[in-house]
Amino acid sequence: MKNNLVALIAGILFGLGLTISEMVDPARVIGFLDITGDWDPTLALVMASALLVTLPSFSFILRCHRPLCADKFSLPDKKNIDKPLIIGASLFGIGWGLGGFCPGPAITALVTLSPDVMLFVLAMLVGYYLVNFVNKYNVKK
Amino acid sequence: METNWLGGIAGGALIGLSAVLMLLFNGRITGVSGIVGSLLINQPLNERLWRAMFIIGLLFGAGIYIAIHGELNIHMQASRSLLILSGILVGIGTNLGSGCTSGHGVCGIARRSQRSITATLIFISIAMLTVFIKQKLGL
Repeated sequence: MKNNLVALIAGILFGLGLTISEMVDPARVIGFLDITGDWDPTLALVMASALLVTLPSFSFILRCHRPLCADKFSLPDKKNIDKPLIIGASLFGIGWGLGGFCPGPAITALVTLSPDVMLFVLAMLVGYYLVNFVNKYNVKK
Repeated sequence: METNWLGGIAGGALIGLSAVLMLLFNGRITGVSGIVGSLLINQPLNERLWRAMFIIGLLFGAGIYIAIHGELNIHMQASRSLLILSGILVGIGTNLGSGCTSGHGVCGIARRSQRSITATLIFISIAMLTVFIKQKLGL
């Protein structure tokens, strides 16, 4: 129960962070990605500021025995740089550059009830599901 | 657009704080693509619940911003057909590549994960290249 409350509070902080920094606006994101034009460094500021908080805190937290409201840390177990990582990050990069939306801002921007945002999120879920579907099929084979 | 110094720094700190709370209390990585995508698979209710709560929080946070600021302005940068293609690529890419800007960019780098540092460098440079080509083609 407690960890649901933590997730809710973390979600609120994250949503506030994305809106205050205007990262929910694809124009801000494209302004950062467009290095040939009038470059907008806001996205870099957001990442740098977030990392300034997470970098020292994470190494401290991960030295603890266990998290405060769970039995163990649930961290990704993959360590090696493999083909899916490289291909996936590249496809994500193309999609991000085309629309200026990545998952967090797109979900958050749903509050505007914009049909364009809904369309993007729907397409994103379809794409995500497609990989699950192909993986399941491959395992069955 | 003029650089949003204050909003960028304050917003980034809030995002960082969110990721710290999730790791400290729940032992979880705050990766939005994974949190949303995991809701598509069959899993026990308690695994679904915290993810749903996080997403409700995202929307609630944006709601608070609108209540204070009065409005939330977004400016679409692509046509509808391009948005659909973009969404599909983001969905496939973040699933295959195990993360997005939050999971790899904010949390993974903080864990000093080689995979996340590599992924972040790749998606930022490919996205910059995509914007460059898109403009050259006049799309």
